[in-house]
Amino acid sequence: MGRKRDIIIAALVLLGLWEALSLLLNSMALPEPWVVLADVVAKTADGSLLDDLLVSCLRALLGIFLALITAVPLGLVIGAEEPLRRRLSPFIYLLYPIPHVVLLPLIIILFGIGNFSKIFLIALIVFFQILVTTRDAARNIHQNYYYSMQTLGASRLQVYVHVILPACLPKILTAMRISIGTAVAILFFVESFATTRGLGYIIMDSWGRADYTALYSGIFAMALLGFGLYLILDRLERKVCRWTQLD
Amino acid sequence: MIDVRSANLSFKNDHSVHQVLADISFQVEANSTCAIIGPSGSGKTSLLFLLAGLREPDSGTISISGAPETGTILQNFGLFPWKTVSQNIGLGLLLKKVRKEIVEKRTAELIREMGLSGFGDHYPVQLSGGMQQRVALARALAVEPEILFMDEPLSSLDALTRERLQNLILGIQQSRKITIVLVTHSIEEAVFLGHKIIVLSRSPGRILKIVNNPEAGSREHRRQDIFFQRCKELRFLLKEEYDGQEA
Repeated sequence: MGRKRDIIIAALVLLGLWEALSLLLNSMALPEPWVVLADVVAKTADGSLLDDLLVSCLRALLGIFLALITAVPLGLVIGAEEPLRRRLSPFIYLLYPIPHVVLLPLIIILFGIGNFSKIFLIALIVFFQILVTTRDAARNIHQNYYYSMQTLGASRLQVYVHVILPACLPKILTAMRISIGTAVAILFFVESFATTRGLGYIIMDSWGRADYTALYSGIFAMALLGFGLYLILDRLERKVCRWTQLD
Repeated sequence: MIDVRSANLSFKNDHSVHQVLADISFQVEANSTCAIIGPSGSGKTSLLFLLAGLREPDSGTISISGAPETGTILQNFGLFPWKTVSQNIGLGLLLKKVRKEIVEKRTAELIREMGLSGFGDHYPVQLSGGMQQRVALARALAVEPEILFMDEPLSSLDALTRERLQNLILGIQQSRKITIVLVTHSIEEAVFLGHKIIVLSRSPGRILKIVNNPEAGSREHRRQDIFFQRCKELRFLLKEEYDGQEA
């Protein structure tokens, strides 16, 4: 209950600041929040906004999912297997800082201009965030846990299942939380080309037409998308990492 | 029987070699108890790791006749915080691919035996130190070991809990007829629990003396004159070592 109240207060404070800034600037570039909210309600009622929200949501989720199923196993193995870590870490250090967005032309050549290129670029960018966090989490597992498993006669695969993965899970979820923010931000970029659907398209298109109400409706929906994904992740964390929530 | 002959152990890194144990030889008879005591840094834990098969000696041999099932309790109990009490206790059996019904049955029996009824679904973080120690004992006993290795199992507990658990360990040793080797820094604990007490010197650990203590194994032992005489003997031996360290 307290958490819900805090969220409502935060939303009201942000809307209040928005309203104040809008009144202060008195510019078309920042319409008042109630105008935008009315637009959001109207577009939700006729289904047009929901359609774009759904498309963007799917692109973001598939991108994160693709990154997750590749970066988590790789991060666990690199983190837990010292020889592999020594050999592969330099590759990560060299590739991680590259602004992966600039690879877009190459990605389009490889995968075309369809949905997969958009999803792939999201996946590529969040891949490194999840990979580095998972690797560091696996590297820092206390040696005592490995000894405990050794005394119980565990195979290496059993060590991964019962120690390495569960020990890293809280950090993996943190990486996913960061990834949601990144993925939603990249949506704006990937949906600005070769598409007529998605919140990024709505924002870019409205911007081009100087329709600032529609532009902020798109931004509002994007914030809602990120917020919804955070809530889902919070619920998931409470379920799979119950032991971190206890005192 | 556990037979250790001329065991040596050193830790090496890129720049140096540090000898931890030097020329260690002793035997522990089946169904008896052995306490290992010595100053900090004398290699007590390393010796237990050699016995438990967690490390290999540089030279010398460690043989355990009959390849028996063993259980090990590490310092700070080595419980997995992401597993419940039941899951921690049943893990050894699960790893050995014992049928689920049998794992559940034996886990429930041990929970009762260790006085943990009602805590099966709790996580280690929700338990007191004494309860965590009983979970660690239950986990080690679940695989029905013939030898139990314990590394300072009671060091973090208050005096009364410690005494209660010493009695519990004694009861387990006698009812299950198992061999126990424990590392301790408590003179009283060594004299109460060890039929044989191995006193190690300061680093590198050598055997200073093997004290035979056949009176161990009775709850009344704590109140007998011989108990205080043995404690005095050990205190004198260890004081000389500590004095040497300070010099």
